[in-house]
Amino acid sequence: MQSVWTLLSWGPEGWLDDIAYGVFITVSLAAATLPLGLVIGFLVALAKQSNEPSLRLAGNIYTTIFRGLPELLTLFMIFYGAQIGIQQLMRLYDPTAAVEVNAFVSGMIALGVVFSSYASEVFLSAFRAIPKGQYEGGYSVGLSGWQTMRLVVLPQLVRIALPGLANLWLILLKDTALVSAIGLTDILRQAGVAARVTKHAFLFFGVAALIYLLLAIISSFGINAIERAVGRQQVQR
Amino acid sequence: MSAAAADVATKVEKPPAIPHGWPRQRILGYALVCMWIAFLAGIAAYLIVAWNGELFAKYAPSYVTGLGVTLLLVAISIVLGAILSVPIAYARMSKNRFLSGLAYAYVYFFRGTPLLAQTFLVYYGVGSFRPQLDMIGLWGFFREAFNCAIFAFSLNTAAYQAEILRGAIESVPRGQWEGAASLGLHKLQTMWKIILPQALIVALRPYGNEIILMIKGSAIVAIITVYDLMGITKLTYSRTFDFQSYVWAAIIYLIIVETLRHAVEWIERRITIHLQR
Repeated sequence: MQSVWTLLSWGPEGWLDDIAYGVFITVSLAAATLPLGLVIGFLVALAKQSNEPSLRLAGNIYTTIFRGLPELLTLFMIFYGAQIGIQQLMRLYDPTAAVEVNAFVSGMIALGVVFSSYASEVFLSAFRAIPKGQYEGGYSVGLSGWQTMRLVVLPQLVRIALPGLANLWLILLKDTALVSAIGLTDILRQAGVAARVTKHAFLFFGVAALIYLLLAIISSFGINAIERAVGRQQVQR
Repeated sequence: MSAAAADVATKVEKPPAIPHGWPRQRILGYALVCMWIAFLAGIAAYLIVAWNGELFAKYAPSYVTGLGVTLLLVAISIVLGAILSVPIAYARMSKNRFLSGLAYAYVYFFRGTPLLAQTFLVYYGVGSFRPQLDMIGLWGFFREAFNCAIFAFSLNTAAYQAEILRGAIESVPRGQWEGAASLGLHKLQTMWKIILPQALIVALRPYGNEIILMIKGSAIVAIITVYDLMGITKLTYSRTFDFQSYVWAAIIYLIIVETLRHAVEWIERRITIHLQR
């Protein structure tokens, strides 16, 4: 019977190094998804707050679909669907082609579309909180539409949207656990392998849960720091 | 004189004309809507082309049972979670430091870790406590994956529901408590007759969202071999390699979620009729 500390040590005996690699994968997946989700979410929010009904409709269809589907189903559909789709395309040129879709990229796209559909709602309510006079003021001092957006609206928008986006980041961090189902070696998968080999399932899944908790705590410190920094700018103005 | 000034003012402050013809936004919007129509029509065409009567006859009944398992799982978890959330919310609001700290730790743990990790912790981890569970006769309960899922989901949703309940109760102004006290109502009466009716209006939408999140979240039980809607879908796909199994599941999930969302909106409109002007 090995002791708990041997199991959790660094090196060939213990599993800490494997779990650390899982932490690296989880964090890099979440960090890679964040900019993708933010950009798409912002564009969808722009579409949803426009005066043009057709743009609003297109944005609303996007949100309805990706907010309504279970994240796991979205992940599987993108992972297997992309595999089948690309394979069909490749077969046109080379009938023997076999395609393997990268699990990391599929995870990034799936989590990115889910994140963006929620983020678009956060951005949309932030857009609605900015008075129309801000746009009019921007135009009246001679700024173009894009300049008004960049220099007048966006700085205020970020401040209003920050708490909502911080919440979505914490959700994203938890949703990355799903990619273990398509074979990506994240925290949960590494913990699962360790649990199967050593038969200490409760220990390793407990450690995995505590690591997620630790990541959430670190994130909330970071979020507080960002909010303080942004708030200070506001006071200085 | 003043009439002339007003006339000038109205002329100057006329709002900008509504754009006619095809501004850039409209072109983009129509293009995007056409893309969506093409995409949805493509899926419909795919389902028609890939239609396989034999396959449908073979797997449609299991989809219905899978849907039943999903709904049952969510219903039991939500109800158990609601019962469990009351003492947690009470402890979280209590003035006793120890009690509120304990409740805070519970809520923080279940909201800070992935539902999948919690489910694995219960499903695989419970084996580590087999002798103890055997002793109190609960081993048979935890051997079933379905029961493990219900256990994990109830604990998870209890944490979220406790926060919803607490937020809703604290959103009712203090004056309501004081007014009820001044009329001689005791605490339980105040809670039941004054606070809860106002709090539940606030809590309705978060509760609806929580149910939707549970339905979506319940898809993960497919990983621990429960044959819910997602589990049946995975099984069908692994047997037939037919991608339409996923498309059907997506359609069913979308219908459930949209129905629920609209139902919550309808209820909210009904119960806030006295607040609208």
